[in-house]
Amino acid sequence: MSNNILLILTLTIPLAGIILILLSRKNPNIRDSVTILTASTLFIANIFLTINAINIPKGTSFVLINFFPGGSIQFSPEPLGLIFGLIASGLWIVTSIYSIGYMRGKKEQNQTRFYSFFALAIAATMGVAYAGNLITLFIFYEALSLSTYPLVTHHQTANAKKGGRTYLGILLTTSVVFFLFAIIWVWSITGTTEFTPGGILDGKLSPFMTGLILLLFIFGIGKAGVMPFHRWLPAAMVAPTPVSALLHAVAVVKAGVFSVLKVTVFTFGVENLFSNGASQFAMYIAAITIVVASIVALKQDNIKRMLAYSTVSQLSYIVLAAMIVNTTSIIGSTMHIASHAFGKITLFFCAGAIYVASGKTEISQIKGIGKVMPWTMAAFTIGSLSIIGLPPTGGFISKWYILLAAIQNEEFIILLVLIISTLLSAAYLLPVIYAAFFQTSVSKFEHSEAPIAILIALGVSVSLIFLLFLFPNPIYEIAKLIGT
Amino acid sequence: MELVISHINYWVAILLMMIGFYALIARGNLVKTIVGLNIFQASVFLLYITFGKVSGGTAPILQKNTELYSNPLPHVLILTAIVVGVATTSLGLALVVRIYESYGTIEEDEIAELDSKEED
Amino acid sequence: MLSQLPALQVVIPLIAAPLCVVLRNKEIACLVSQVVSILSFLISLILLQQVLQEGIISYALGGWLAPVGIEYRLDILNSFILVIISGISSIVTLYSKKSVNFEIESEKIYLFYTGYLLMFSGLLGMTITGDAFNVFVFIEISSLSSYAMIAMGKDRRAVSAAFTYLVMGTVGATFFLIGVGLMYSMTGTLNMADLAERLPKVYDTKAILVSFAFISIGILLKLALFPLHLWLPNAYTYAPSVVSAFLSATATKVAIYILIRFGYSVFGSDFVFSKYPTAEILASLSIIAIVVCSIVAIFQTNIKRLLAFSSLAQVGYIVLGISFNNINGLTAAIVHIFNHALSKGALFLAMGCVAIVIGSVKIKDINGLGKKMPFTAFAIVISGLSLIGVPLTAGFISKWYLVLGAIDKGWWPLAIILLLTSLLALVYVWRVVEVMYFRSDPNSPEVKEAPLSMVIPLYILVAMTIYFGIETSFSAGLANEAAEYILGISE
Repeated sequence: MSNNILLILTLTIPLAGIILILLSRKNPNIRDSVTILTASTLFIANIFLTINAINIPKGTSFVLINFFPGGSIQFSPEPLGLIFGLIASGLWIVTSIYSIGYMRGKKEQNQTRFYSFFALAIAATMGVAYAGNLITLFIFYEALSLSTYPLVTHHQTANAKKGGRTYLGILLTTSVVFFLFAIIWVWSITGTTEFTPGGILDGKLSPFMTGLILLLFIFGIGKAGVMPFHRWLPAAMVAPTPVSALLHAVAVVKAGVFSVLKVTVFTFGVENLFSNGASQFAMYIAAITIVVASIVALKQDNIKRMLAYSTVSQLSYIVLAAMIVNTTSIIGSTMHIASHAFGKITLFFCAGAIYVASGKTEISQIKGIGKVMPWTMAAFTIGSLSIIGLPPTGGFISKWYILLAAIQNEEFIILLVLIISTLLSAAYLLPVIYAAFFQTSVSKFEHSEAPIAILIALGVSVSLIFLLFLFPNPIYEIAKLIGT
Repeated sequence: MELVISHINYWVAILLMMIGFYALIARGNLVKTIVGLNIFQASVFLLYITFGKVSGGTAPILQKNTELYSNPLPHVLILTAIVVGVATTSLGLALVVRIYESYGTIEEDEIAELDSKEED
Repeated sequence: MLSQLPALQVVIPLIAAPLCVVLRNKEIACLVSQVVSILSFLISLILLQQVLQEGIISYALGGWLAPVGIEYRLDILNSFILVIISGISSIVTLYSKKSVNFEIESEKIYLFYTGYLLMFSGLLGMTITGDAFNVFVFIEISSLSSYAMIAMGKDRRAVSAAFTYLVMGTVGATFFLIGVGLMYSMTGTLNMADLAERLPKVYDTKAILVSFAFISIGILLKLALFPLHLWLPNAYTYAPSVVSAFLSATATKVAIYILIRFGYSVFGSDFVFSKYPTAEILASLSIIAIVVCSIVAIFQTNIKRLLAFSSLAQVGYIVLGISFNNINGLTAAIVHIFNHALSKGALFLAMGCVAIVIGSVKIKDINGLGKKMPFTAFAIVISGLSLIGVPLTAGFISKWYLVLGAIDKGWWPLAIILLLTSLLALVYVWRVVEVMYFRSDPNSPEVKEAPLSMVIPLYILVAMTIYFGIETSFSAGLANEAAEYILGISE
């Protein structure tokens, strides 16, 4: 099949899935199978697209609509987008399996609506992944914010609505005010917003202005969670756990850091940023976010909130790596998208599993839970190792490249930040494991392991963590092609 | 002083304009507002006619033995404007009648009070 | 015949108006105004086509050549505006029958259409004429008929709103007249093209400065820029729905056109923008208008009033674009005249549908409208998105150019404020959407969707809102050419 057909398929499969989900709303078993089937089909389509696209050296692009000269809805698959597309569609399968266990285990209401909007969010994510210019990226970025809103407020309680308002409020405000503004600014300078290897701003702006626009992008892409625009992420914790997984691992935050990377490589250009040093300021902001968010995570007792702040910190790893701007750092940040996705989805699945099985949400409540939920807590341990960055997990590989990049550019302060934050992440994750396995509970646990669907999903995500450590080459090889 | 006398038309126009404008702004009777509007417009008519006056010229009527006559164009324009003014006045007065029928008053502040009560 | 089209553009509705009075039949009056509107629309399209092919069309009314006679002068800008006015009028009149039957007493309907046609021809005349005094005459023709039509609203407040509008509108028009008189006294001509030629010689005189001040204030009153907007909210709220739709889509827009015409063509941007801080004054007033009126709109309980305040904010966007005095800003202003006419027209028409079915346009009365009147509710959502400026709707295109204009001007903090204010629009649109879709009212009576004869015209506007958000070569392309022409960048 040609590239364009595959490209259109990746965008339309989730939409077709929505129709099927709605048609089968009367029968939950068929509906849930449809979800998994759609997710698998999408993943396969993405694999084919990847195989096809990386064999075409120049890449292709596909223009859907032309608004005005230089402004169009346009898609072009390139290595970075392909990696993101693969991760998102692959994790959608895992999350769907998990959702079935979770939603049924918790007897949630409105499951059809849930699965439909989930598929819509994935469709938007595919649009983000394969966007060929900034305008397309922006449109699908906003579509992603809007389609996840009903998921975040799924419970429709006052608390959920409050969280949802913060979520949408921050994401929309930052994107409209900073992101769109930066896009229009770039367009007014260059007359195009197309993603071009090597960037389009090279030599067109002074270092100061480059830095300013870069900051507008980084703050405008609120989904990347760089402080001070990170508050939406903890606020969105009111959502059901599969949604948290979607937000933290599959789509939303990843769409944010992906956009930052994309803009860095294809709008500013790595060499351009490196030579005029415009990214320094943004790099330090990311560094501060890493440390501060880790410290905040230390103080949390609620597991999901702790994980949310951990995500904020980890996202800034990716932003920071992008801002170091050299080839290794781009590879490192791309791989960190993958390793953090696998690690964090495991941790959220565990948090959800604990909640489904026991109803517990606080760290202080789960002392000794390792005895009744050994599989879940074992998975939690492996996920934690990956987030901390220890072998034999995928997190080690990506962190390795980021450290390497920092050394190459002689950013020793950054090196220090990375080491401190590794210690901090160990400090907030290990106590959970310690409490679960080595402390004795005050009360008796009257439940056993989580539902089987949840355990299957956990098994898959843990395997992914190991696989990324053992066989990092496929992703590495594709990541090497970014920007060429 | 000479400035005043030589431009007496302009001064009168400005004076009328101010009087008319005051009558418009000062809150009160709607009919008085219409009167103010008329005075205001009349001042503009006067202004226009003054522009058209050529010193020593006669009225711009086609007749023999006239060499110097005033510019006829402003007169034509003002004829149009007067027609417009009459139309405005009549429409305004018609509205005042309608207001009186439905509100029972033509005092602006009383109407405002009645309106504010209606807002639920 | 073809060469007489500029005159026919204005004369056909002008003659049709007394025809309605003579015939004294509401059905025929409605038909006449529909036919006349569509005919005018066709004429305006042909004229636009001619202008695009052959350049400026100059038509001497009654055979008297300019500068003695009155000249109708068509360039790309005003022929575009003519298309907007007559296009909107075609849709509004097609829509009007049931709505007017519902909102206006039966024996007055033929008079309603008479007034409508007069207003229509007045707006067309304002746009097409090349003579400054003639502009005044047409302003008064359109205004006088619009006062009468607003007063036809059901609520008694419509009458007092019409009276307020009459007073303020007349003051505005008279200010304009004073300005024109002063210009005439300094240059001896009323023809706009001649004025543009002769004014530079007298740029430094006080009379011209005063004349500029009078004319701008007069026009700003008509187009309701903050703080000269006080007449508008009540007028739009209590006027019949059809009138609100038509006025909001065209009347203020034509006033804006006059502002562009006098600001850029007659006085010239050298005089207006270089010598005085006009740009700064206009821009600050617009920003205040946008922010204040958007915030006020958020707190309204009557949706028509909410839309009226939203219109004031949107006028702010347009005037802001004009104040930039650059190609992107002016393009934004012109294209927003078009885009806002589509979306606001659609919203007021949708309110007409709500009024005829529910009997009220208060927010508290439209609980669960999304289920009761799915088509109308969806039309409100799409047009609302365009007001916010969401991508893939027409409103986005205007915002895009406006922000570009601000950046070109170097006022980039303003660009940020502009984008922030679209979030205010989001809030007031969301308030309506939330009530329509996320609240239900079990006690409310069962109602049906509005009649098709109203929904179809409404959806023509909605479809255009989407279409011109995607394919912009007609709207933004023409606006861009018009802006280039007005700024003298290309001939």
